[in-house]
Amino acid sequence: MSWLLAAPLIIPFATAVLAFLFRNGPEGRWISVLGSAALLIASGLLMQAVLAEGVVAGQMGNWPAPFGITLVADLLSAVMVVITGITGLAVAVYALADIEERLEKLGYHALFQVLLAGVCGAFLTGDLFNLYVWFEVMLIASFGLLILGGRRQQLDAGIKYVTINLVSTILFLAGIGLLYGMTGTLNLADLHLAVQEVENKGLLTVVAVMFMVAFGVKAAVFPLFFWLPASYHTPSVAVSAIFAGLLTKVGVYALIRMFTLVFTEDVDYTHTILLWVAGFTMVTGVLGAAAMNDFRRILSFHIVSQIGYMILGLALYTPLALVGAVFYLVHHIIVKANLFLVAGVARRIAGSTELSAIGGLYKTAPVLGLLFLIPAFSLAGFPPLSGFWAKYILVKASLDLELWLVAGVALVVGLLTIYSMTKIWGNAFWKPHPAGMQPKLGSLSGRDRASLILPIASLAILTCVIGLFPEPFVQFAERAAAQLLDPVDYVATVLGAEAEGATGLAQLEGIE
Amino acid sequence: MELLISVMVGVMIATGTYLMLARNVLRFIFGLILISNAANLMIFVAGRLTPESPPLIPDGADVPPDIVANALPQALVLTAIVIGFGLFAFALTLVYRGYQSMGTLMSDEMRLAEPEEDRQ
Repeated sequence: MSWLLAAPLIIPFATAVLAFLFRNGPEGRWISVLGSAALLIASGLLMQAVLAEGVVAGQMGNWPAPFGITLVADLLSAVMVVITGITGLAVAVYALADIEERLEKLGYHALFQVLLAGVCGAFLTGDLFNLYVWFEVMLIASFGLLILGGRRQQLDAGIKYVTINLVSTILFLAGIGLLYGMTGTLNLADLHLAVQEVENKGLLTVVAVMFMVAFGVKAAVFPLFFWLPASYHTPSVAVSAIFAGLLTKVGVYALIRMFTLVFTEDVDYTHTILLWVAGFTMVTGVLGAAAMNDFRRILSFHIVSQIGYMILGLALYTPLALVGAVFYLVHHIIVKANLFLVAGVARRIAGSTELSAIGGLYKTAPVLGLLFLIPAFSLAGFPPLSGFWAKYILVKASLDLELWLVAGVALVVGLLTIYSMTKIWGNAFWKPHPAGMQPKLGSLSGRDRASLILPIASLAILTCVIGLFPEPFVQFAERAAAQLLDPVDYVATVLGAEAEGATGLAQLEGIE
Repeated sequence: MELLISVMVGVMIATGTYLMLARNVLRFIFGLILISNAANLMIFVAGRLTPESPPLIPDGADVPPDIVANALPQALVLTAIVIGFGLFAFALTLVYRGYQSMGTLMSDEMRLAEPEEDRQ
């Protein structure tokens, strides 16, 4: 079992080392593609094990649970790792044509793989402090990727991104310290039991809000999202696609994990804050997007607004709402990464991502038009694409609770999403190119065309498959949500049956 | 002793916050470094302070004596210091590179990545 859990971490790290050694030749990029494919296979095997057994846990170094380093995969973790594998592979293939040799020599592929390792680690760890360490691994790799190449615009964006993320990191660390002081444990499963014995519930809520802010910055929720639209449009397209797909979602995952497993004492208080946050995040994100005039900037603001939907699922905290949150996470990563990849192709053949400087893509590159429409409509929630079901479940969940306003906001934001997508469509695809250019996919070399279009088409097909056959995916999300709401299995698998009852400080007292 | 360190953590966070409110990015980073050290101390205190009792098991015994220092927070702090050191070294280098290429350290003059119409 341990190997299954460790493989999604070992594979990208090993690939990173190899890719760094071969960074000067063409081997590096193929090592990256192979490594990502291996990661996808490993994540598939892990998923198989989790589907069969419910929760899979492993103790690294064989130290028993609350003391050793725990890796644990429940359905949510497993599906997140699979999605990481899928996006990782898609972006690695895309990078074959997108990343210049100059960036490869600086170690692009190694950083990319370290990023994947950090993301997988954050999804699989069962220990709060290790979660911090994995966040750092992910963060330092993302810093490197963001400023790789060192254009002035990137440095500007980098300074904002780095400083704000460091603030959230410190807040996270301080929260860990306080939580440890109260409970005497850092193992998530152990914390689930230990927080129930904390006497000072008020202090626990304070720490919960600290975690909410720390993860809120990572997840880019209102009012902590400003670093995201300031930075995501500056690096290479492959980089911004993997950022858009995965990074903020790690923050959302951490929020879901902490606020279903650990901080469930004062749900009325914490989840009401989350509900307001979700509403404002949806609205500000979509309004920001409406004001932008750059392909990638519009998409960046849409990340923010979509994060709101996922937080909404967590905030409503009913089984159906969590089903929606899980479904939304999976759908969103695929769709959003895909849209950024399309933006990259548009820039490649039409010369810019600024909407006023491009046009005419529909006439000369209709295939790209189709490949844009699928994820764009899915993002806006058109049936029968994946986004429709994700939004449908969440709106249904809020209507069930008779939260009319929230349901209304979710629907209106969907409508405004169509507005932005129409703006991109009208400007980039319909209007003639302002410089009279005839942007064609045929202008790319055959190899470039294949490695740019293949990942986009695959992700678009995946979106259609989820949309047309949602039944198994919804059933899966239902199982995942049930595990989240009732973490008995999770706790029992991590701690083992005999450890029940004695937790954290209680265990220390037992020794004394 | 706990109280003393707690007060010190408070003072460090207050000073750090003051520095972080500055427009100068370098001051911001210095403030951040102060707060990160305060966070490290916070973890240290959270593990309870037990002076002059190292976590050692005497000869012939199976468990340590009654009260020993908690080794775990110290290990955590050590990890956090190492990670923090790496991150801040990176952040300082980045700010220096930014200063070289943009010619300013003032955060409100860093508008290169913002949309055109905002720049006027």
